Amino acid sequence: MAERIWAREFARVGAMAWKDLAVERRTKATLNAVVFFAALTMLLFGFALGADSETLKAASAGVLWLTVLFAGVLVFNRSYQTELDSGALETLLLYPGDRWAIFAGKVIANLAFVFLVEAVILPLAVILYHMPLERAPLAVIGVMILGTLGFVTLGTFYAAMASRVRAREVLLPLLLFPMLVPVLIASVEATQAYLTGDVMRDSRVWVRLLVVFDAIFLVAAVAAFEHVIEG
Amino acid sequence: MQLDSPPAVDCAGIAHRFGAKWALRGVSMRVSAGEIVALVGRNGSGKTTLMRVIATALRPTRGAARVFGHDVTADPSAVRELTALVGHATGVYTDLTAEENLRFAIRMAGEEATAARISEVLERVGLAHEARARVRELSAGQQRRIGLARVLLRPVRLLLLDEPYTSFDDEGQAVVDRELAALRARGGAAIVITHDAERARRVTDRSVRLDAGAVVEAHAPRKVANG
Amino acid sequence: MTEAVMERAATSGAVPAVPPRRPLLAAVTLLTLVGAELFSVLTSPPDRDMGNLEKILYIHVPCAWMAMTASLFVFLASVGYLWKREERYDMIAAASAEAGTLFTALTVILGSIWARPTWGTWWTWDARLTSTAVLLLIYLGYLALRAATDDVDRRARWSAAVGILGAINAGIVYESVVWWRTIHQIQSSPSSMGIMYTWGLRLNAIAMLLVLVYFITNRYRSFCLIRATEMMAEDAVLGRRAP
Repeated sequence: MAERIWAREFARVGAMAWKDLAVERRTKATLNAVVFFAALTMLLFGFALGADSETLKAASAGVLWLTVLFAGVLVFNRSYQTELDSGALETLLLYPGDRWAIFAGKVIANLAFVFLVEAVILPLAVILYHMPLERAPLAVIGVMILGTLGFVTLGTFYAAMASRVRAREVLLPLLLFPMLVPVLIASVEATQAYLTGDVMRDSRVWVRLLVVFDAIFLVAAVAAFEHVIEG
Repeated sequence: MQLDSPPAVDCAGIAHRFGAKWALRGVSMRVSAGEIVALVGRNGSGKTTLMRVIATALRPTRGAARVFGHDVTADPSAVRELTALVGHATGVYTDLTAEENLRFAIRMAGEEATAARISEVLERVGLAHEARARVRELSAGQQRRIGLARVLLRPVRLLLLDEPYTSFDDEGQAVVDRELAALRARGGAAIVITHDAERARRVTDRSVRLDAGAVVEAHAPRKVANG
Repeated sequence: MTEAVMERAATSGAVPAVPPRRPLLAAVTLLTLVGAELFSVLTSPPDRDMGNLEKILYIHVPCAWMAMTASLFVFLASVGYLWKREERYDMIAAASAEAGTLFTALTVILGSIWARPTWGTWWTWDARLTSTAVLLLIYLGYLALRAATDDVDRRARWSAAVGILGAINAGIVYESVVWWRTIHQIQSSPSSMGIMYTWGLRLNAIAMLLVLVYFITNRYRSFCLIRATEMMAEDAVLGRRAP
């Protein structure tokens, strides 16, 4: 009996993720805009920091992650927009089954979107900021995955609320970004450590922090989601 | 009227407010299995709010309601298995096709989406030829019929329809009448919000009138206590 | 269903009774506060290097402690609300968050005032100061969410969820910022414990705790009064006499 319930919930998760991805693929509305915005942000940071290549190289990890945050945050409110437009959110909530499946499905879809954006940002960081990615490409990508997981989990969670109130463009960053301070610090420090050869083995402490952070907030967000998604 | 099985709907003192404004002020009513009840009243009298409370889309500020014995506040999941609400909003995704919308709906209900099931339900609402069309390209009436199709995918015992005779096109209304008859035949129940008194007399067994959030009259055969 | 069942089935939960004013608590709080300050000023001579500036830490440090304590209250009350769905837990959470915001802001401001003569700048990226600033932003987000939500039930549920996650993160933020500064070996503010006369600090901590409790109980009382007024209006509309 329990296995049947789990199988049903996983099917619902898959359906939810598929739907979000299918709608975006059909319209291509958000993703294009977010990718362009990310590229623009990288460029603007370059202008602001100056042309000295050593400065840019030192700042590359920080600029990379700030760009992920500023561009990625645009994905989350939009993820609830399609539900709000046609009154589909209420319909979603009236299907029998647990609410966390809706959350998990949206997290998976949003992960796909943000990874796509990062696939564009990372090469840009190498080109524009002379990021020495070749030193530890797999490690840096691993850190990106861990950091993005925490980012998307919390972003999807807070957007469930922010997308439904008046000041949504401001409220989501206001709620989300302070919560992401550990992710930002850990991701930038770990990336920086790997790019400079990780002499002091600093990366370990940060990767551990990311794993713990992701685990704690995945559980907390899943548990709390049903309380925030209702009316 | 079956006295041994639980009533399809049993509301007691349902009151709900949105901020400072009261939409429902103590509504009590009962719908038996096999009954189709019309819910009538002016705009703003609380009909849609009452329907949403019964469907578990809203948690009432005060009062209690049961659907086939299951409490809407304590056991909403059980209520959702039995109930379907067709409201003003279609609840369909306009960028997907009719077929994709239905496939999503079946899978969200936790069941397997077979091509046979989808085409059968599209037949029932008269949209078999538009399966591959994007919902955005269909007419408003057709979009509403897809919303109805979504609901017909599973056998429901309580159907809640919010103004089907204003928002559906002719073909859609015919489908609604057909489905209501089938529902009654298998012991289910329905509440239909409508302004169309003529239609209400033909399709429903009795009517309950709301005014400013309270029941003001309920036609025979049964007298319902005023909230 | 009978009238009795209807009354019991009220889904908004029991409305808490309005607690009485607490003049005794106010008096004790005020006396402890004044006493603690007098004691601290009289028993600790001006520091060799810092002069009287060090005395700011008598307030700054307990404020930081109270900021964390308030976040613990928010966490417990938020969990209580989601578990019991009783309004008073939401009110305690909201009152604690407001008091916590006040203490957090005070911590940051006093820390900045201390930093100016000490380091010559208004801001050092010191671990404690920085993580307190982040905590302030988390509190402000909580209050902004409450302000943006009109529906009482929605506001309570959303605040509880945000409060729980925010309180959990307070500890994580602190740890990560501490590691961040340690790795970069930035000079941080020296441990104030060694310099301070511990009795003065303890007295101030007790005084601040009393102030925190006083603020929270007062604000809770205000919320109860507001709610009681709303309930009377509800009953009038529904045509029932207030109990």
